[in-house]
Amino acid sequence: MTTTIPQQLKPKDFASDQEVRWCPGCGDYAILKAIQKTLAELEVAPERTVFVSGIGCSSRFPYYMSTYGFHTIHGRAPGIATGLKLANPDLDVWVITGDGDGLSIGGNHLLHVLRRNVDLQIVLFNNEIYGLTKGQVSPTSRIGTKSPTSPQGSIAHPLSPVAVALGAGARFVARAIDIDQKHLIEVLTAAHAHRGASFVEIFQNCPVYNDDVFHDFTDRANAPDTQLHVEHGKPLRYGKDGNRGIRLKPGALDVEAVVIGQNGITEDDILVHDQTNKTLAGLLGTLRPPEFPEVLGVLYNDPIDSYEMQVAALGAAGNDVSLNDLIRKTRTWTVA
Amino acid sequence: MSTTVPKTTDPSGSQQAREIRESVVVRFAGDSGDGMQMTGSQFTIETALAGLDLTTFPDYPAEIRAPVGTTFGVSAFQIHFGSVDVKTAGDEVDVLIAMNPAALKVSLANLSLGGTIVADTGSFSERNLLKAGYDANPLEDDTLAPYQVIPLDITRLTMSAVEGFGLSKKEALRCRNMWALGLMLWMYDRDLTATTAWLTKKFASRETLAQSNNAALIAGHAYGETAELSGNLVGYRVKDADLPPGQYRTITGTEAIVWGLVSGLRSAGLERLVFGSYPITPASPVLHALAKMRELGVYTFQAEDEIAAICSAIGASYGGALGVTSSSGPGIALKTEAIGLAVSVELPLVILNVQRAGPSTGLPTKTEQSDLFQAVYGRNGDTPVAVLAAATSIDCFDVAREAVRLATKYMTPVILLSDGYLANAAEPWLIPDLDALEDWPARQRTDPEGFQPFEHDPETLARPWAVPGTPGLMHRIGGIEKEQGSGHISYDSANHQAMTDLRVAKIANIANDIPEQDVALGDRTGTLALVGWGSTFGPINKAVEQARERGQSVSHIHLRYLNPFPANLASLLDGFEKILVPEMNAGQLVTMLRSRYLVPAKGLNKVTGQPFKISDVASAIDAALE
Ligand SMILES: Cc1ncc(C[n+]2csc(CCOP(=O)(O)OP(=O)(O)O)c2C)c(N)n1
Ligand code: SF4
Ligand SMILES: [Mg+2]
Repeated sequence: MTTTIPQQLKPKDFASDQEVRWCPGCGDYAILKAIQKTLAELEVAPERTVFVSGIGCSSRFPYYMSTYGFHTIHGRAPGIATGLKLANPDLDVWVITGDGDGLSIGGNHLLHVLRRNVDLQIVLFNNEIYGLTKGQVSPTSRIGTKSPTSPQGSIAHPLSPVAVALGAGARFVARAIDIDQKHLIEVLTAAHAHRGASFVEIFQNCPVYNDDVFHDFTDRANAPDTQLHVEHGKPLRYGKDGNRGIRLKPGALDVEAVVIGQNGITEDDILVHDQTNKTLAGLLGTLRPPEFPEVLGVLYNDPIDSYEMQVAALGAAGNDVSLNDLIRKTRTWTVA
Repeated sequence: MSTTVPKTTDPSGSQQAREIRESVVVRFAGDSGDGMQMTGSQFTIETALAGLDLTTFPDYPAEIRAPVGTTFGVSAFQIHFGSVDVKTAGDEVDVLIAMNPAALKVSLANLSLGGTIVADTGSFSERNLLKAGYDANPLEDDTLAPYQVIPLDITRLTMSAVEGFGLSKKEALRCRNMWALGLMLWMYDRDLTATTAWLTKKFASRETLAQSNNAALIAGHAYGETAELSGNLVGYRVKDADLPPGQYRTITGTEAIVWGLVSGLRSAGLERLVFGSYPITPASPVLHALAKMRELGVYTFQAEDEIAAICSAIGASYGGALGVTSSSGPGIALKTEAIGLAVSVELPLVILNVQRAGPSTGLPTKTEQSDLFQAVYGRNGDTPVAVLAAATSIDCFDVAREAVRLATKYMTPVILLSDGYLANAAEPWLIPDLDALEDWPARQRTDPEGFQPFEHDPETLARPWAVPGTPGLMHRIGGIEKEQGSGHISYDSANHQAMTDLRVAKIANIANDIPEQDVALGDRTGTLALVGWGSTFGPINKAVEQARERGQSVSHIHLRYLNPFPANLASLLDGFEKILVPEMNAGQLVTMLRSRYLVPAKGLNKVTGQPFKISDVASAIDAALE
């Protein structure tokens, strides 16, 4: 028997021959690079890998990959991906969506694909705006966002993608920033390792319609004080000097940002991250600068059986099932 | 185990001898104490109030005080009603309401083959069975094989309906007849008003009895409505004389679709059928039936809505399985955008529409054929799909297989039209040998040499089915216009023209791969052609048969292929001076025929939620030939 040793693929081997057409400086470029690197590092087989997307700037993603890809219709990638996995559970399927695609028109599908726990990596590019249709507010836009459809500033409260995912019963929820390649690859790798629906929100800058909307925590200069990268089993510490942290607020089911050494706070007061604690994940997901750091990394990871595993457990096609027998397995009579 | 029904010979034993009933015989049968006469009389009053002709036949037991539960204690009330002159109480019973085993036993002899039995399972106790002379429960063995049985625990349902009224058990049980009456009034679309008023008057001195009987009546009526039992229990029947020898079962349109799809899956040589659907009347039973068929490779998926349902089917086809979705009008509307995607990316897909009366929610349990335009034209862009329609319950089997064949061979969505009437109508079916049916293996590309995802087969104009997981065939597809061949995004205008032309030609070309259109009955030329499609087959065929017996020059043409039309349809229509198109809609096929062939076709249109009557069609024939 001969085994062909697969050639080690490089990130560029995962790029298609199509010209990438995002605006210059778009955060999508960085995400594309990170995903190509992740796949190369994970040594996935391109023929078993499929990217399924909806509609939006972000959803153009599959065209730029050398794997299989399906650019579908607005908001509906989860349904297509679910059917694909029902047809062939062995495929490695990524869903690429945007804040409008995944949380507005496709919100219903996102809820259900997460609750079913279909084994997919669902990557939501959140730029808090509709990029492709030229800058209208999206369901994640902050109150007061001015756009062609909200000239006086938007009035509705934004959704938190992480809260939606946790509420829908997702078993893997993580967050990363487009330009933080190293961390983004770590998060994507963890998402890939998780069996079941893995939900990753990526803060993605749209320099054309919502430039720098995340600057309060993505500015490199302030990053140490505005970002908290969680790690399972490690204390929730951050800050330039590593002396800031999150602790449980005494007497309340809430957390607060504290400084070790101030007001009698010691290292022992700082909460330790437990990625299997959903309540904690929910709390961490809501924290925002300036009062808190933006919490990044794997907020929640508590796997259960995937949808595919449960479907398989319900039985498979029998080998020698005779249609002729089955169709007669009812009341029959004979006319002589 | 099967029962043998002696065959009576009839030389005309063909499919076309199918009979459509213009009148129905219903028989209420129970124990003397079950109030069957009262029930029958009340049903009669409501039927008469509905403006129907009728004849009744009260069938009392000879003994005034026969022992409870025995065959000689059975009391029955038979009513024959219809929209035509009803002259007899009916030779054969179409629908039997059996309140106990004895009632079933004595009434069976008069029940027509394929007739319906509504049985109160709550009264089929061992003791009652014994008293009726049954040594096994006929609801559980093959005794009733030639009939359609609707087992309902009327006893329990009545008890819970009258729970709050403080009746004794005996009094409560006496309300069973009103529950059964309520159900039958629902089934035949009758009013409750007269019965309610009658109950109030009858039990004027005992208000609780009036209220509890009324509650049972309403509960039975509501049961019919919420369980959405077929509104037309009886329609088609095949005369036993017409049945060729062999093994039979009854089959509804729903069951025939299910078996047709599964058989099609085998003929296409595919391993999995992924059926994505979202519940809706009258399409849900297809999902229910397929959900039990995992051993045949069927994977059902109850999606969060119709959009996700069709998308899962598209995703499955993309993944190399047979993707199928189903719904009724409102749900098909939701699937529209995704059908366009499937057309654009050229993937196989079967879309089943079990039509119901519209618009909007319309009349969910009533039948109609008003989604033809939706099927043929209802999408943005130039987005042709193949459209097929089933004519009878049995025909659903062949049409479902044909939908699978066309979808996989031409890499296209196929819309299969059935309707609420066919879904529920049962016919005796001479079971075919499924292993002997033709195979048409679907081709999936594996060879990377020269692979182009949007290079079309010169004969079928289908693109290659290249399934994820196949080495060397990685490619991207999507709803943006694709460059012919490479499949890359293309905004080029000449390419869009070419791709649009190709999509149109691909569907049009199917006309060369389907049988030529023949007449269902009559000559291939003549004065008048009746052109129908779908479940109107029975009444049209019967009316044409009768007209021909009267010497009128009429033929029946029934279309299975609505897009594309059969290649010879134009010349066939040319052979007739006049064309009449009976449809259960406001005139859809007639418009298509007129616009396509510039023929002076006229419509005969009915949207009452009821199938055509033979007399409707007959008078239209007379008028057309005047
Ligand atoms: C059915 C439908 N409605 C509307 C549109 C127009 N449309 C395309 S993308 C989009 C919003 C995309 O926003 P988002 O998902 O945030 O993606 P982004 O472009 O920001 O990456 C809209 C409204 C469409 N393509 N299809
Ligand atoms: S509009 Fe915004 S999101 Fe879209 S490509 Fe341009 S920069 Fe990126
Ligand atoms: Mg966006």
